[in-house]
Amino acid sequence: MNAPQRDTMLLPTPFHSRVEAMCELNDWGNWMGYTTPNAYFDVELEYFAIRSTTGVFDLSPMNKYRITGPDAEAFLNRMVTRNVSKLGVNRVGYAVWCNDAGEVMDDGTIFRLGEQDFRLCSYQRADDWLHWCTLGFDVTISNESEDIAGLAVQGPTSCTVLKLLGCTDLDQLKPFGIAHFTFEGAPMMVSRTGFTGDLGYEVWVAPAQAEALWDQLFELGRDYLIKPIGSYALDIARIEAGFLQAHVDFVPSEEVVRNGRTRSPFELGLEWLVDFSKPLFNGRAALLAEKARGSRYRFAMLDIEGNKPAEHSFIMKGDKVVGTVTSAAWCPTVKSNLAYAQIEMPHGAVGDQLTAEIYYQRELHWTRLMAPCKVIDGPLFNPKRRRQTPAPPF
Amino acid sequence: MNQYDAIVIGAGHNGLTNGAYLAKAGLKVAVLERNPYIGGATVSRELHKGWYYSNCSYVASLLRPEITRDLELPRHGLQVVPFGGGATFMRNGDHLGSYSDHDRHYREIARHSKRDANAYDRYVSDTSRQTKLIRPYLLKTAPDPTSLKPRDLRDLVDFARSFTSMGEEGLLDTIKFWTGSVGDYLNEYFETDVLKAHLAGSGIIGTALGVYSPGTAYVLLHHYMGDVDGNVGAWGFARGGMGAIADALSKAFQSYGGDVICDANVDEIIVRDGQAKGVALKDGTEYHADIVVSNLDPKRTFLDITNPKDLPEDVLQKARNFKIRGSSGKLNIALDGLPIFNGLDPRSRLMAGDLHFSDSLERQERAYDDWKNGTWSKDPYLDMMIPSLTDPTMAPPGKHMMSVFVQYAPPKIEGRDWTDEDKDGFEKSVLDQISNYSPNFRDLILHCETRTPREIEAEVGLTEGNIFMGELTFDQLLFNRPFPGYAQYRGPIKGMYMCSSGTHPGGGVMAAPGANAAREILMDLKRPNTVPGGYADD
Amino acid sequence: MTDYDAIIIGAGHNGLICGAYLAKAGNKVLVVDGRDQPGGCASTREIAPGFQVSDCAQWLQQFDDAVVRDLGLDKAGLQVGAAKRTIALQADGDHLTIDGDLLRGAGIGTQDQAAYQSFRQQIDVFAKLMLKLYRSRAPKLVEADWSDRVTLMKLGLGLKMMGKANMQDLMRLALINIYDVMNENFDHPGLKAALAMDAITGTNMGPRSPNTVYTYLHRAMGRQLQQGGVSQVMGGMGALGTALQKAAEACGVRVQLGSSVQQILKEGDRVTGVVLADGSSLRATAVISSADPTTTFRDLLGYQHLETGMARRVAQYRTRSGTAKLHLALSGLPAFSGLEGKALAQRLVIAPTMDAIESAFNPLKYSECGPSQVFDISIPSIEDASLAPEGQHVLTALVHYLPYEPDGGWQSQRQPVLDNLLAQLEHYAPGLKEQVVASELLVPPDIEAAFGVTGGNWHHGELSIDQALMMRPFPGSTQYRTAVDGLFLCGAGAHPGGSLMGLPGRNAAQEIIKQGVLS
Repeated sequence: MNAPQRDTMLLPTPFHSRVEAMCELNDWGNWMGYTTPNAYFDVELEYFAIRSTTGVFDLSPMNKYRITGPDAEAFLNRMVTRNVSKLGVNRVGYAVWCNDAGEVMDDGTIFRLGEQDFRLCSYQRADDWLHWCTLGFDVTISNESEDIAGLAVQGPTSCTVLKLLGCTDLDQLKPFGIAHFTFEGAPMMVSRTGFTGDLGYEVWVAPAQAEALWDQLFELGRDYLIKPIGSYALDIARIEAGFLQAHVDFVPSEEVVRNGRTRSPFELGLEWLVDFSKPLFNGRAALLAEKARGSRYRFAMLDIEGNKPAEHSFIMKGDKVVGTVTSAAWCPTVKSNLAYAQIEMPHGAVGDQLTAEIYYQRELHWTRLMAPCKVIDGPLFNPKRRRQTPAPPF
Repeated sequence: MNQYDAIVIGAGHNGLTNGAYLAKAGLKVAVLERNPYIGGATVSRELHKGWYYSNCSYVASLLRPEITRDLELPRHGLQVVPFGGGATFMRNGDHLGSYSDHDRHYREIARHSKRDANAYDRYVSDTSRQTKLIRPYLLKTAPDPTSLKPRDLRDLVDFARSFTSMGEEGLLDTIKFWTGSVGDYLNEYFETDVLKAHLAGSGIIGTALGVYSPGTAYVLLHHYMGDVDGNVGAWGFARGGMGAIADALSKAFQSYGGDVICDANVDEIIVRDGQAKGVALKDGTEYHADIVVSNLDPKRTFLDITNPKDLPEDVLQKARNFKIRGSSGKLNIALDGLPIFNGLDPRSRLMAGDLHFSDSLERQERAYDDWKNGTWSKDPYLDMMIPSLTDPTMAPPGKHMMSVFVQYAPPKIEGRDWTDEDKDGFEKSVLDQISNYSPNFRDLILHCETRTPREIEAEVGLTEGNIFMGELTFDQLLFNRPFPGYAQYRGPIKGMYMCSSGTHPGGGVMAAPGANAAREILMDLKRPNTVPGGYADD
Repeated sequence: MTDYDAIIIGAGHNGLICGAYLAKAGNKVLVVDGRDQPGGCASTREIAPGFQVSDCAQWLQQFDDAVVRDLGLDKAGLQVGAAKRTIALQADGDHLTIDGDLLRGAGIGTQDQAAYQSFRQQIDVFAKLMLKLYRSRAPKLVEADWSDRVTLMKLGLGLKMMGKANMQDLMRLALINIYDVMNENFDHPGLKAALAMDAITGTNMGPRSPNTVYTYLHRAMGRQLQQGGVSQVMGGMGALGTALQKAAEACGVRVQLGSSVQQILKEGDRVTGVVLADGSSLRATAVISSADPTTTFRDLLGYQHLETGMARRVAQYRTRSGTAKLHLALSGLPAFSGLEGKALAQRLVIAPTMDAIESAFNPLKYSECGPSQVFDISIPSIEDASLAPEGQHVLTALVHYLPYEPDGGWQSQRQPVLDNLLAQLEHYAPGLKEQVVASELLVPPDIEAAFGVTGGNWHHGELSIDQALMMRPFPGSTQYRTAVDGLFLCGAGAHPGGSLMGLPGRNAAQEIIKQGVLS
């Protein structure tokens, strides 16, 4: 009944008026049907705001589901591969979930807001799967995506800025912890989480408070060099920090059409998220079988010689193609040329020496580069401040 | 003068395609057409001055791009323009729009159900998986599972391999899909009536089955198999109407030296000593050739234009049992302006798509009950479009041409032939259906051509008015089309072939049967193949 | 640790047969059932003092004779009545009799007569092939092991052996509808309708629904399983249950009636036993359920013990039913016009034309009670006087089609529908209404409540191709195994499906023995 007047416009997020005002480059992208800035003023400077001051990213298009009821914990435990029982109230956990075949459907974060009260933030929409997952469980699921506005406030000065906003003792909040505050008389939730691998927080308010939150944050953060950041800068930070992205590093299993294109958690380097000590979860039988049989692929983080990003590269072992790159970036802080790759077993173990076939062009001149690379055992960027409690002032 | 290497009966798109490939291989070919105009069911006709009606087939998607390119149809004037959008209007005044943009489409479904909007993505992937399975076989001859020929065995192994590569559960799900009903299939994904009804239409168009009849899920697939410029499942209009396709094919055919002969009504295929020798027309004229290709449907081919004494009994039996059921009608309407639909901005691009008026599976199934009871649907399922919103050549500026495909209309009314009163009743039920959702529609009508199965059969020569030249049920698909044992385009008589939509891969303006038949004929003649292979589906 | 090698849920015919075969092979087997009598849907009940009816299954038609022999059911007291003719009642009283290969009456022409014989022959050819599939587990197609490959090869060979023409016919017929096949073969509308009844009994389909040739073949398996035709069981269908219990006990099975399984016990990744209604729990190496898949997975195991994809398959499994059961206690032998004496003891079918069946089917799709139904009638008290007081009779009828949940609910619909059914019968048996001493109509929810079959579907799930053979009940739980270790299926929800056939129970036992599950 309430069809929008214009058919095709991307939706505005609750921060849109402010985002639009600051988006000097007018460079927009589409995230979940929302107008999302690719870059505000300069991708590199935005990136360095995350690493040196504070970068603010509008998270509102994220899908958010509230899961409540007596079986909420059991429900999530059956759905995701990690053990949700171990997650305390006011704690956040990163999780992946699989279908029965042990193929990764999506990843996201679970916020435990109470004993029987959870919020699931997912990259993909999950209404359909959550519906089917409720069979047999006494839970209520509600889609809160449009009811909650979120900002990622990330970087060395982020804690200081948020304390100025009224987040008392925020420095005491441990990584993956949740704290509750009041903003303009309404609830404001802050979690020490993020997609940058740096000290950082995510701030969640009702859409009505969104514009005021943005305004005060930028007002109070001015002296701490707060900057808005777009998707491009965030992407560099997440690659540097070792985070996977759905649709880039794996295809959500329900969208896979071609045989063999799905990936298991093992094949994405996420075995640490699979807890076989809990009884039943989706994909358990298939993953146990895979564990016994061995996986087809290995997720490898590659440190590549030279400075040409290995986007879309084939990865060779000698003359043989053994894999392809899913994400690649020159990482400005660690000064490394990093890539994630899907490598066919048995190749790609840590320390394995491989070659990346890189194509790049300068002034329409294409060059093929065979760059030696090495499989490393984790992200090169991993600063102490990311984990420190109390969080350092800047 | 009347001596050819090959004669093709029927200048529909498959006949012309077949002729083109035979002529391209150097054969002297004539395509004979009963009507004074070519095209068969692929025509544009100016039945009201200034308005062109694609008065049978009305949208293009299935036309194989390999053929379009190989026969240089664009050079011969063919331009296929994609259209977007569509909507199903609801009895409560709302509608469900269909947008090509993923996010916009999501939002539209989410207005009705967020869960369904999300499940739609799963539905699309699952359906695409099925589509990918069948697409590689469109430009191939279906292997015969009863045969032990190396070629059939090899193709069967390939066929089996593409199925088994899906894994046990994937394969079983495929069999479930192929044998199930579109209603049950959609119920497994969605909760919203209007969404299910919107999608289910593709499972019944041209088919004498209801949405709850097993086998209709495959019919849905048949409508998803085409593409426009690589967009699988997309549909478009031929600029100038569907006749543009026949015109381009005809020009391609003639550019290879072929003859199109109109007003040539074939009476019988001439057979001597078990070998096809040509055709005799009703006016007594004879055309001679050692290759005779029928582009008529299997019933007409074997029961009308072949002498029963030239046919084995099993073929006659199979032809009699061949299911070719009239189930559809068509209205072509010249409009003085653009109709307004309740709840939809007339400037909305949804208007340029396919519009429907059945908002539940139950209404669609009840429409089918009417057909079973031997009457036209009183609450018909309509696939309605206004091509003049996409193609300016169809109607004068500011005026519009409307094409209304109607499901269901039976071949006979309670066992007797259609009368003009029946036709008026049928027309009224269709116009009423549209008027229920469009207050100004009736006043805009300048001219209306109404075609029941009676008219379609009489003018186009489709038995019972069946648009696919035979039901698209599994018993008549692949190696069963038109019948087991004769599914590789060869008739039971030496030199006699079939190239109509009644052969694999079936109906729709695809041109694949015509091309596949040409490949088989050239193989028998030991001539180099001129028919392109299918593009690899990646 | 375990109390039994196998605990079988449900003392229906498949549960008892499965248990008997397992016990014969030396296993310690318990069969439990909440009902007080054995047999499940093979049941006899008193509907009025002295009047006994087979209150669920009415005919024995496809029961595997191998089971009778293997388990010594004759010795256990099973007495099957004489094979019955089918009499298709015609409005004019000139009825059509189908007696094996012969057709009589109703002006049947020689052409139909001949066509019927060749039709039967061809059906037998197809059924013979299907028997290979019915007597074994349905083979996997991709993950086929050697035994699946053997089955597939046998099928392939069987296909080739039937000859090219038959093979081509089968490819064409396998998925089409009985309506077309009847029209292709026969002229007489009554004949077509009577034969089509076999294709739609217990299904959710009308004669024009594709796949009804498959369901017809399913019925036609009877001859391959050495059954002479449609029969009644002496003492009512419950006597089959009693005989099976006796036979199973003779094999060493413990049968515990009146104690229903409350829950299937799962510990870790395995099913380890069952919890009974009294709260006690019993453990076994294998729990084998002859309950329908929905009951087994949804109610007894619980969706939460399945992975989501499997839970979704269970939830989407179709178990609607459109068949009701009419039971009448009669003060005397009803007078069917044109039928006399022994003829009344035959199987009586009221379905004048296929279109009449189809018209009866249409309202079902919309959960409506249609104005007219079709009937498959038995008056068992003629052949078996023990079922009714002397000189009095019982009549039972399968009634197609009535919905599970009509608008307004059965509360308000039951009486008008019953009255309407009696009025319809009255056309063929004038005076019937006056003879009715007691009557009852079991609609699908009644059958569900009485026999624990979800949706009132006594095939334990619609028997359409997409839920049959290697897809039965659903991918991921085929070949009598389930997605959960230690839990097996042996009921009609498993291949080859419903009817009093005994093959699911027998096949399941053989499969469990072959796989060494219990050792």
